[in-house]
Amino acid sequence: MSDTSGSIANLKDDYASKYGFFDRENYVFKAKKGLDKEVVIDISRRKGEPEWMLDFRLKAYEIFLSKPRPSWGNQALLNGINFDEIYYYMKPSAGAARSWEDVPADIKKTFDKLGIPEAERKFLAGVTAQYDSEAVYHQINKELEKQGVIFLDMDAALKQYPDIIKQYIGTVIPPTDNKFAALNSAVWSGGSFIYVPKGAKVTMPLQAYFRINAEKAGQFERTLIIADEGSSVHYIEGCTAPTWSADALHSAVVELIAKPGAHIRYTTIQNWANNVYNLVTKRAVAEQDAFVEWVDGNLGSKLTMKYPAVYLVGKGARAEVLSVAFAGKGQHQDTGAKFVFAAPHTSGTITSKSISKDGGRSSYRGLVKVHPQAHDVKVNVRCDALLLDDISRSDTYPTMEIDGQRVNVGHEASVSKIGEEQLFYLQSRGLTEAEATTMVVNGFFEAFTKELPLEYAVELNRLIQLEMEGSVG
Amino acid sequence: MPLLLIEDLHVEVEGKPILKGVNLKIEKGEIHALMGPNGSGKSTLSYTLLGHPKYTVTRGRILYNGEDITASKTHERARRGMFLSFQYPTAIPGVSVANFLRTSLKSVKGDESVVKTFRKQLREKMALLEMDEKFATRYVNDGFSGGEKKRLETLQMAMLEPQLAVLDETDSGLDIDALRIVSGGINRLASPERGILLITHYQRILDYVKAQFIHVLIDGQIAHSGGSELAKDLEKKGYDWLQKHPEPAGAA
Repeated sequence: MSDTSGSIANLKDDYASKYGFFDRENYVFKAKKGLDKEVVIDISRRKGEPEWMLDFRLKAYEIFLSKPRPSWGNQALLNGINFDEIYYYMKPSAGAARSWEDVPADIKKTFDKLGIPEAERKFLAGVTAQYDSEAVYHQINKELEKQGVIFLDMDAALKQYPDIIKQYIGTVIPPTDNKFAALNSAVWSGGSFIYVPKGAKVTMPLQAYFRINAEKAGQFERTLIIADEGSSVHYIEGCTAPTWSADALHSAVVELIAKPGAHIRYTTIQNWANNVYNLVTKRAVAEQDAFVEWVDGNLGSKLTMKYPAVYLVGKGARAEVLSVAFAGKGQHQDTGAKFVFAAPHTSGTITSKSISKDGGRSSYRGLVKVHPQAHDVKVNVRCDALLLDDISRSDTYPTMEIDGQRVNVGHEASVSKIGEEQLFYLQSRGLTEAEATTMVVNGFFEAFTKELPLEYAVELNRLIQLEMEGSVG
Repeated sequence: MPLLLIEDLHVEVEGKPILKGVNLKIEKGEIHALMGPNGSGKSTLSYTLLGHPKYTVTRGRILYNGEDITASKTHERARRGMFLSFQYPTAIPGVSVANFLRTSLKSVKGDESVVKTFRKQLREKMALLEMDEKFATRYVNDGFSGGEKKRLETLQMAMLEPQLAVLDETDSGLDIDALRIVSGGINRLASPERGILLITHYQRILDYVKAQFIHVLIDGQIAHSGGSELAKDLEKKGYDWLQKHPEPAGAA
């Protein structure tokens, strides 16, 4: 690989033209900069929330203040977050429209450019489009509604189904879990709520698209998915932001509950701009014979710390995490997975694939914990890292705590540099060095892309191609 | 004008001289075989012809259709019609044979139209090489047996229809059936417009592919050149009897 300095500029240019554009700020309401108790109260009051939710927020705010930042991970980047410089709540419109025509023109144009209405027409069963703090558009396929499937933005869900929300929110990820979960619990806004009734099968994916627009924005969506007995659902989220010079903060909390025999697949294609801190807590509970899959792709952001977790609490539950990360210049993708086996005859597979280039860093951080009551457990962990040059970095931090009987654990890890022989082979078949690199990288990610709906797979391959173009000389 | 003209080629690998003045001429329509003991520089010559970055030309030049390509990039050589069948092809995990071939075909022919007939062409060529259709969905060389790898190389050659094919020990590790099939692929490619350089350790493949010219490479130089009968002599006597005496080779 030769000089890469020319490519960085190109890469940024491209992100800028495709995703990095922004709208002039035109908010219905924008909270003052920084966070204090007043901001928390104000968010809750403006949303017209019940008292218990305000109480939940205020308690979480105290926890946020009392908790230190994580003492592990990339300390230099973590300590670079200035909580006083963030805007915690920006309301873009009066409410979530049910028709794109009713979405404010600027915002609609943004989502048009991102291709969301088109995707909805083609292959989605429902869409939520969130713009900074709140959903501006929301729609669900009529057939699903008839089956009793609920798909709402979280604020609307709290209004329409306060009892369900009260019963479940914070049960999978309590505010005490970590500093960022506490922060989210204090200032959460937007996100998705999904309830799939017993036996219902949602065959087409439901999608949420998260867009940050404002400079120094904080986005704190909160998602709760409950799949009732024997039901199944596939949820996809995507995200992008303009490339501002000041940092933005995205800190979501996602809670999944898979009841007996249910199947939840949660797919993320994270492509934040390189100034966004992406510190997300995602966790699922899998009851008896339930199956939870996290398909997690991280391409963007400055620092991502995200370890989708599954707590296997019912006999026969299964879990799968497929995580891919792409770390370019100035990026650190600190990702992985966490499985907690708390019931017998449970199993899980973690596949992590990362690529680092132009000085980027990717880390796999994983925890596999098997409790004493969990016997006959099978778990497989596989981490592959590919380095595209000599200045990039990859590390793995696997932790295993096995206390159960008859536990079958497999762990494999590999780090490879893109092979000169692979490149020469492809070049001898007429591909340029950049085309050859792209092909090797696409192949490396194939395990991930083949799990995506075709449209997303094509888009992801295109993104990788853009990342590669001009990166080799 | 010769299809390939190698003049006084000196090549180093990591500072170590391997080729020490190779001369070779291949005209259109000719099949040449290059033989020689292990370590004589046969594979170095094949890699150098396609411009592998690890092989440095320190003297001499390579002319292809009269043009000096000594400094050309590998993909440019491929696009001009040069092809190397690898002795040890590399795996490209996650990339299907079909996808790889389509991309390669588009690159080499520089024309989208070839892609339209791709499926049909692929099916036909695979049938000729007695390959199962499922082969197209497998990942390139990933978990392939030695024989499967050689067949895939031959399939690529059949699809890309190069003007000059350099075959580096395509016959090694093949059983008789596979050798017959692969040789068939080579013979179908041969034409008055094309040239083939067959690098081999054994005389065996020459029973199937009729080379008009045989060259023996010893210690980085072509020590001897002759007609097809030379292969039989080598089979009987080995290489030791050959004195090293570099001479401009080609038409013997």
